[in-house]
Amino acid sequence: MKEVLSLTGNDAVAYAFKHAKPDVVVAFPITPQTELMHKFAEFVADGEVDTELVLVESEHSAMSAAVGAAATGARVATATSSQGFALMWEIVYIAASLRLPIVMAVINRALSGPINIHCDHSDAMGGRDSGWIQLFSENSQQAYDNAIQAFKIASNPDVFLPVMINLDGFILSHTAEPVELLDEKTAQEFIGPHQSPYSLFDFKNPITVGPLDLPDYYFEHKRTEIEAMSRAPKIIEEVGKAYGKLTGREYGFFEKYMMDDAELVFVALGSTSGTVKFAIDRMRERGLKVGLLSIRMFRPFPYSKIRECLKNCPMIAVLDRSVSFGAECGPLCLEIKSALYGVENPPKIGNLIYGLGGRDITYFQIEELSERLLKERSIEPFGYIGLRE
Amino acid sequence: MKEKAWRELAIGGIIPEGGNSHSYNVSGWRTFRPVFIPENCIHCLFCWIYCPDSAVIIKDGKMTGFDYDHCKGCGICAYECPAKKKAIEMKLEEEFAKEVCNL
Repeated sequence: MKEVLSLTGNDAVAYAFKHAKPDVVVAFPITPQTELMHKFAEFVADGEVDTELVLVESEHSAMSAAVGAAATGARVATATSSQGFALMWEIVYIAASLRLPIVMAVINRALSGPINIHCDHSDAMGGRDSGWIQLFSENSQQAYDNAIQAFKIASNPDVFLPVMINLDGFILSHTAEPVELLDEKTAQEFIGPHQSPYSLFDFKNPITVGPLDLPDYYFEHKRTEIEAMSRAPKIIEEVGKAYGKLTGREYGFFEKYMMDDAELVFVALGSTSGTVKFAIDRMRERGLKVGLLSIRMFRPFPYSKIRECLKNCPMIAVLDRSVSFGAECGPLCLEIKSALYGVENPPKIGNLIYGLGGRDITYFQIEELSERLLKERSIEPFGYIGLRE
Repeated sequence: MKEKAWRELAIGGIIPEGGNSHSYNVSGWRTFRPVFIPENCIHCLFCWIYCPDSAVIIKDGKMTGFDYDHCKGCGICAYECPAKKKAIEMKLEEEFAKEVCNL
């Protein structure tokens, strides 16, 4: 039986965690993630879920506890934001290299400094190269759906990698919208029994986890991680399709919105996709041919599929909600340019940095920009939206 | 021991067995090498007790020499040796390297 509740993004993910019935959940508060674990702690306190909730003294400890628990073969989830994620950082890499199927929600918030609590994607991009699968959510519904799927993806034996689901801080985490939930039994059946690559509690088969790896083996172990990541897209696609059958909401690596005849295509991550779609609907009424490619799977990045769907677009505006200082464009645009490398008559690509530290992006900014770009038939390689010049 | 290719490795860099340090040769870590002088040895086995690894070889209750694959050259055995004329002497590894070169 399907249930629709009015939920914030934080609540939606807390429900997904409850439905996944993790053995262990590790929590440390940080804005704007805190309410997620408040909600989950309520479920534990009310006896609605039989999870060992471990409250730790820092995020470094949170990820360490998650790694320890997952290494015993437990299903483990945690959540964080921004500085908390930054403090976890060294263990985040270790979780991936140990191939532990941990699920973490990152409620995206700008990294200090200057200190700020609002949304941008600098925290997620800090974990870009950590070896975690990274999924982004356009709305709270997708955050719930991504979280449920994350458990199934992470513990697939062809993958065995941790999965990070991203949702925009405050914009999604603190705004309520209708979210359709699976019932617990259906969610459990969909995710299936937890699988783990090994267990420290298998006392008959003793193992050493995390031994020193000198120049004679480190390289080969990293190669095995690359291999696992390369197997992930197939599993993510399968899980997305199965979820689509179950719920009617199928997610691929990305979503194409009004792209077929578009003269200008935006590329975006997260909740901004919703804003751009709204602007596109309005512009289409006026005959302006604008489309959107909304990226759901950022790691692994689906280069060849993106190349196929973007190579014939005349003009692409890539929206980046974080900066890679010293690079010629933001992290998302770097990937898009990479995907289009070597294409004959490549599209004109421009990168627009927007929304840092929670600066609003509005549909009329998208419309104004689109009108100008379509009129000029060209796009500057780099620019900003919403910055006071 | 032949080094494994990446496809042959256990998942997550784990070591999927117990007691495996025996198969790891650490002789290259050594700066000083303990040299056994049998005529000075009183077979008290202090060296065997104090060795932090398992590098002192005992046969029939008597000290017989060192397992140089596992001795890291810490020198505790030589320090603890109570014989009036020490039965263990620490020598620089490079002296042995020279011997090999002179051959």
